[in-house]
Amino acid sequence: MKIAVCVKQVPDTWAEKKLREGDALLDRESADGVMNELDEYAVEEALQLIEAHGGEVVIVSMGPDRAAETVRKALSMGADAGIHVVDDSLAGSDAIATSAVIAKAVEGKDFDLVIFGSESTDARMSVVPAMVAERLGWAQVTFAQKVEVAGGDITIERATENGSDTVTAAMPAVVSVVEKINEPRYPSFKGIMAAKKKPVDTIAVADLGLEAAAVGTGAAWSAVNDFAARPPKAAGTVVTDEGDGGVKVATFLAEQKFI
Amino acid sequence: MGRLAQTDGLTEEQQAILEAVRDFVDNEIIPVANDLEHADEYPQAIVDGLKEMGVFGLMIPEEYGGLGESLLTYALVVEEIARGWMSVSGVINTHFIVAYMLMQHGTEEQKQKYLPRMATGEVRGAFSMSEPGCGSDVAAITSKAVRDGDEYVLNGQKMWLTNGGSSTLVAVLVLTPGEAEEGSSIYRKMTTFLIEKPSGFGEVRPGLTIPGKIEKMGYKGVDTTELVMDDLRLSADDILGGTPGKGFYQMMDGVEVGRVNVAARACGLAERAFELGVEYAQQRVTFGKPIAEHQAVAFRLADMATKVEAAHQMMVMSARKKDSGERNDLEAGMAKYLASEYCKEVVEDSFRIHGGYGYSKEYEIERLYREAPMLMIGEGTADIQRMIIARRLLEDYKTRG
Repeated sequence: MKIAVCVKQVPDTWAEKKLREGDALLDRESADGVMNELDEYAVEEALQLIEAHGGEVVIVSMGPDRAAETVRKALSMGADAGIHVVDDSLAGSDAIATSAVIAKAVEGKDFDLVIFGSESTDARMSVVPAMVAERLGWAQVTFAQKVEVAGGDITIERATENGSDTVTAAMPAVVSVVEKINEPRYPSFKGIMAAKKKPVDTIAVADLGLEAAAVGTGAAWSAVNDFAARPPKAAGTVVTDEGDGGVKVATFLAEQKFI
Repeated sequence: MGRLAQTDGLTEEQQAILEAVRDFVDNEIIPVANDLEHADEYPQAIVDGLKEMGVFGLMIPEEYGGLGESLLTYALVVEEIARGWMSVSGVINTHFIVAYMLMQHGTEEQKQKYLPRMATGEVRGAFSMSEPGCGSDVAAITSKAVRDGDEYVLNGQKMWLTNGGSSTLVAVLVLTPGEAEEGSSIYRKMTTFLIEKPSGFGEVRPGLTIPGKIEKMGYKGVDTTELVMDDLRLSADDILGGTPGKGFYQMMDGVEVGRVNVAARACGLAERAFELGVEYAQQRVTFGKPIAEHQAVAFRLADMATKVEAAHQMMVMSARKKDSGERNDLEAGMAKYLASEYCKEVVEDSFRIHGGYGYSKEYEIERLYREAPMLMIGEGTADIQRMIIARRLLEDYKTRG
């Protein structure tokens, strides 16, 4: 089988994230770039499926030049090839434009599955997988905590608030995974050495048959009018226990609607 | 974010290797190191993870199944690992030294026999010079091998074998006076034998006993043992390099790269101590402000960071020198001396910053405080390093006329 895994480079999870003055876009230079954590689970799941059923894993990423590091990392984990969409016109793309780019990048290439992490740590919308499925006209099986493939079908356990649902769809399909699904491997040193020899196709928006005007800030359906830094944490209230500490704590919790 | 102890001029692969190791250390070592250390438990899961990653074959040439990476890459990996837990770097160090000795001095048959299995971590190396009565004074060893037909019979007692129990291949230095010409120097009367054995304790093969672990102040988890040879019979093929009388020089070569390794370990430990200190200094409030804002603490942090940086750069320089094919005994000695002394000082400064909590076993710095002294002793004490440095200086700056 042939699997595409979509990965995104995001600012280091623990770094303070900032917006740029001027265009109000995420300042990607101010923090180290790392692979979005949930995407590591997506890569791992694809590798496990290939190890069980044979086939090929292709990494797909849209992002600036340095996102190539993230593609390389996925290759060092064991994926076979990469597609990296780099284009200045992509800056500021919203989820709708991103899904258009990814759908174009994967369509017509005989993929059986396109696997995503269920959300990115910077945008956190969880909508791109569904949008890509819609554009491709494929089934979407999202928030998977378990995946099985048999006889041209994919069956997942979909994580829900109350437990899980079992969902089956015919392939090709779009999958998104949650962190319960597996334990991503570390790249091995051999994998790191091998990654530099693996093919990465670097393409531009025009190569996908999309107009530059269809992506980027200009095409976004939402705009940032203003932003401000998060205010510093306010000082807490010190409650002195004068024999009525319990009542005071309970009152506080009730005021905050915790109880 | 700026970070201390960075290394200029690394290739993309070196950077990727270090990033992978750092992730592993942050996720798999640091969270469990204290508990394992307090229980003096062998870090099996960590060792398995590093094995899978390929750490054991890092410097073994590609034709023997390794990665053929440089001493520098290796040292930087060790630095990252020691930042998580020094004992884990100890598991790798003796393996690496034995592999290095095989690479440099082994016969082709010995390389074929051991290196591919060492690259995967299936065979794990340890080496042994010290005895109950001698350490730095290597020539004072008394363990002996006597020829008996095609075989050698070994007798004696060895001490301070790091990984003595868990290893399966031990390079042991013994006297072979019967093999040397009349009047040869003591240094030509020593031979390194390669002993393959199952892991574990007790009489692990006829004539070879690994008694239990030695209880230590720190550096726990990794097994440090004695090794007792009682009429242990080995073949002449088990002599490293095939010829007796070269053991001392082979061991000294191994220890020289081991010194860079210990320097790297000291760097990693000092970095961690700094991280813990700088973190705590911003959390702990006294007299109305975080203690980092008190000059006494701020200056301490400045001293610590300066030492971390200096030790790192010196270690990198000595590794690069060896990689370029040049003699590096002076630099390795200096790096080991400086890094281990600075490490002790940085750890103590961090310990002081932690105040009373530093004395609690709940805090990581307590462990580091017990680990740092080992680095001043292992792989040649600070005083031995100073002897080496001074001897080289007097060679290079010899007064003429």
